Amino acid sequence: MANVMLEVKELTTKYITRFREDVYAVDHVSLKVEEGKSLGIAGESGCGKSTLALSLMGYYFPPLHYTSGEIIIDGRNISGMNPDEVRKSILGTEIAYIPQAAMNALNPTQKIIHFIEDVIQAHDLYVTKKDNYERAKELFETLGLPAEVLQKYPVELSGGMKQRTVIAVSVLLLPKVLIADEPSSALDVTSQKMVIKMLRQLMEIGLISSMIFITHELPLLYNVTDEIMVMYAGQIVEKATAQEAVFDPLHPYSKGLMGSIIVPEKGLRDVKLTAIPGVPPNLKKPPTGCRFAERCKFVRPECTLHSIPLYEVGGGRAYRCILSEKELREAYAREAYENAR
Amino acid sequence: MPDEKKLCLRTSGLTKVFGIGRQKTVAVDHVNINLCEGEVVSIVGESGSGKTTLAKMLLGLISSTEGEVYFQGNKRDISSQKKKQEYWRNIQAIFQDPYSSFNIFNKIDSVLLDCIHMRGGRKLPHAEKVKLMAEACSFVNLKFEELTNKYPFELSGGQMQRLMIARIFLLKPKILVADEPTSMIDACSRATILDELMQLRNEIGMTIIFITHDLGLAYYVSDSVYIMEHGKLVESGSADEVILHPKEAYTRRLINDVPKIYEEWDLSTV
Repeated sequence: MANVMLEVKELTTKYITRFREDVYAVDHVSLKVEEGKSLGIAGESGCGKSTLALSLMGYYFPPLHYTSGEIIIDGRNISGMNPDEVRKSILGTEIAYIPQAAMNALNPTQKIIHFIEDVIQAHDLYVTKKDNYERAKELFETLGLPAEVLQKYPVELSGGMKQRTVIAVSVLLLPKVLIADEPSSALDVTSQKMVIKMLRQLMEIGLISSMIFITHELPLLYNVTDEIMVMYAGQIVEKATAQEAVFDPLHPYSKGLMGSIIVPEKGLRDVKLTAIPGVPPNLKKPPTGCRFAERCKFVRPECTLHSIPLYEVGGGRAYRCILSEKELREAYAREAYENAR
Repeated sequence: MPDEKKLCLRTSGLTKVFGIGRQKTVAVDHVNINLCEGEVVSIVGESGSGKTTLAKMLLGLISSTEGEVYFQGNKRDISSQKKKQEYWRNIQAIFQDPYSSFNIFNKIDSVLLDCIHMRGGRKLPHAEKVKLMAEACSFVNLKFEELTNKYPFELSGGQMQRLMIARIFLLKPKILVADEPTSMIDACSRATILDELMQLRNEIGMTIIFITHDLGLAYYVSDSVYIMEHGKLVESGSADEVILHPKEAYTRRLINDVPKIYEEWDLSTV
């Protein structure tokens, strides 16, 4: 069995609002990423995807607070660690995080190479300027980025190039887990492809051991990751391999998400896109029972009675719904039949 | 679609040049497009290919360096503010960023009221205006009662973009320019917004110019597709023709750049 790089057990984190209300944006999330594997996290806006990413780093600052659960990176438990210590010894070397607007992290008054020097110095690594330059140049060349970029200012680079530069810098200290939170959503399709290609390359040449990729674009997830986790209202509602999650989703919410896929392939114009009506619930007062109940097509009275556990189906697959696998499949088949008519 | 198409908007040799001398950039280079009534046309290209500049010229927000726009057979005249306002009664737009599309000091009621006034409904009784606004909101699945006395920034991005569509529903323009209306919204609301746009097209027979970099989206919504590269139109034709049987290498590259699920996504060609 492969090494487990990141293991999260029942992690719960909350936001405390200025009215002293608790918002549990990540609610008892457990996950496991093995060496050489990538995990995708899908879901609508406001489902807690990005909060999960922030929580995984173990670097909490208000209004985000740690409540319970464990985060274990390569055998080392980092939950409840002092933020200063996390910044010094975890970020960059164990976990690297690429936020959505990563390219805005570049200082407009500094050349890229100075930014890289800053990163290295912040981790107490005393390297000479020449060594540093050689190291950065080598990394950039392996990743297919021109070495001239190092001597340029951020304004001289395009959006896609800036994003790729930041990704390259984030793997400079060879992190074990890379968390990419919508790294391509501000880019056009061509630059997006370059970013994706780079992320896959990082995995292949072994600069990072495992990756967590967060996005709402399912075709992207399908192409990048091995396993997909669907999140809804702070909870995991489905866990499956990429193939199963896209072509054979079980939970009604995942099914709804897969209905919004747009790809330029034959047959797209014959199907009507289905959107899920309504909005995610307010997490200040999460509904009792199934959180998806009020938007679900197959809702039953017993759905709202008590909270629903994540049922393991086998083969690493799990979903959070009171209907059985067979009942769900039948419901989807009936729906497809009615739509066809 | 009817066989006899009526020409709605036509451009001849539309060109925009930014800067002079060595800094000269030709953003849009002699573009000829023909739009028929009730048609959905996509303009597709990567960033920097001049899509948005073209849209701004069609809207009359910036002047063209060369070339003309013909609206319903006549040369467009937007020399004075009054004529511009007259023209904008026929052509409206939805922009990329819903957060900056609204005046942050105006409440949602007044945004929608302005639209009613623009259509000559200034003298209507108040109850009638409220009814019209509620109708527009229910068209895009928003509840008007929940929106009154709210400011645009209190809504989510998807809701704001839908409010933009409600505006268009009230204004009933002949042409709608949708400049990347779904690029800042998540995939789930995207389906809703596209559906609402198509519904609107069917309801009031509007022509839609859809600007995007995603050929998948363009294929889903449009009747015909124009591909732009460095300000020039390189390929045009019906959606099926362009997407399923592309002729130009550039079009093939654009199609290849969109992630796929049924076919292998070729990552080597970047």
